Amino acid sequence: MSTALLGAIEWSGSRGIIERTIAHLQLVGLSLLIALVIAVPLGVVVGHTRRGGGVATAVVTAGRAVPTYAVIALLFPLAIIWGWGLGFWPSVVALVLLAIPPLYTNTYTGVRGVDASLVEAARGVGMSGRQVLWGVEVPVALPLILAGVRTAVVQVMATATLASIFGYQALGSYLTEGLAQQDDEKLLIGTIAVGVLWLVAEGLLGLLQRWLTPWARADRGSRAARRRARADAVLVGPAVPTGTAPDAPALTSAGGAEPINTTSPR
Amino acid sequence: MLASSSVLANDADSFIWWQWISRNSDEIWNATVEHLQLTLLTVAIGVVLAAILSAIAIRFRFTATPILWASGLVYTVPSIALFGFLVPRLGLGYKTALVALVGYTLVILVRNMIAGIDGVPATVKEAATAMGLTPWRRFWSVELPLALPTIMAGIRIATVGTVGLVTISALVGEGGYGALINNGLSRQNFSTPIVVGAFLSIVMALVLDLLLWATQRALTPWERAGRAGRGSRRERAHRSTPASAPAPATPVGSAA
Repeated sequence: MSTALLGAIEWSGSRGIIERTIAHLQLVGLSLLIALVIAVPLGVVVGHTRRGGGVATAVVTAGRAVPTYAVIALLFPLAIIWGWGLGFWPSVVALVLLAIPPLYTNTYTGVRGVDASLVEAARGVGMSGRQVLWGVEVPVALPLILAGVRTAVVQVMATATLASIFGYQALGSYLTEGLAQQDDEKLLIGTIAVGVLWLVAEGLLGLLQRWLTPWARADRGSRAARRRARADAVLVGPAVPTGTAPDAPALTSAGGAEPINTTSPR
Repeated sequence: MLASSSVLANDADSFIWWQWISRNSDEIWNATVEHLQLTLLTVAIGVVLAAILSAIAIRFRFTATPILWASGLVYTVPSIALFGFLVPRLGLGYKTALVALVGYTLVILVRNMIAGIDGVPATVKEAATAMGLTPWRRFWSVELPLALPTIMAGIRIATVGTVGLVTISALVGEGGYGALINNGLSRQNFSTPIVVGAFLSIVMALVLDLLLWATQRALTPWERAGRAGRGSRRERAHRSTPASAPAPATPVGSAA
């Protein structure tokens, strides 16, 4: 980064990068948290009981089509009328809707896709339904669930910038200001700031995944297995995160391995 | 002023003012046509460009990584920023909107095209060759049809995503429904155009998604053949892969 660019950054104050980063993270964090609380338990329950899968999956698949910007715009007048401030709450709702599909789909596919013989074996040794769920199905599905979390994080992190079109002061404000003033520096600051946050989130999630699934490291080496998994993922069709390798290894900053996002209305 | 407005009232200050809709039906119709045109043009250009890029990536393997990397990089740039970078270079309007929109479709389309063609089992290709098909014919009559579900899935995602992004392209003076939204945002206490534009763009995304889903089903009737049987999606996927053994007895993850 050039020194000119660094010089252009205002660090403190209400329009400073620190305040704006915090505001961005608040929006992203709250949205992801709400989406996690809704989508993961739903995916676990539907995947485990194998009931209502068709309905839930159909709703969520349709939900992927809903454009985030339009949802924010639709709710924005209501937020004004009800005195809920400017863009924050409409954006939270829109981002929750954006994050639910990858989280739900991966959780559901992961829990449901657990090898039937594994579940039978677990029952065979006397595990109850709940024990099978927590002892076998969820751990086996965990890498896929975490892959869903990553997809959700990437999407929400970049899409949250849209809130600034609706007056929410955050990192997106660099972009709206840069666009209005035709100021490449501001656009770069916003883009890089969002990118850095995403890389940090990726790194943390990678560590979390390594810590939660130590057994997965053993078969990382098999390229063939990975390729097969990827082929499976795309063949399975809409119920699976499209094109995303379910057991994709940690997404590196070097790129080339970003998940295909399910939708791209940012 | 704000306290007096309500969601249910029917006047200029309310959430939705029906008279405005009937008075401006022409404008709404024009926005619909514009939105649809820009979306379809974007996807059409995107598909052609992505097909060329995928062909290069498949033919010359070493180019696959840089192609995916570059298109993936475009994808990580927030849309407001990408429009912003293009405005000083291409001006406000159609050109900027189109370049940015096409750019966003590429990674999804290219990735699914490559994955689709790569997903064709080697044994099927060998069988086709053994039957005497030339590589050209083998591509059109065997590989492409088998890759179609994956390619169509990519087109579907790209189309729906584009519907959403076209709305945002109103920031650079295009935008169909996005122009309606901006019209409302630029006025105080007049939300009807925002509501109409936002609602209709959601409807358009859902309708196109449904249409493409139906097209995909119609184009690949063999995909449904295995549906009758019970079993997990994974098993069905294996079953619909012609090369896999008749009974998916192999445990997941083991060599097929």
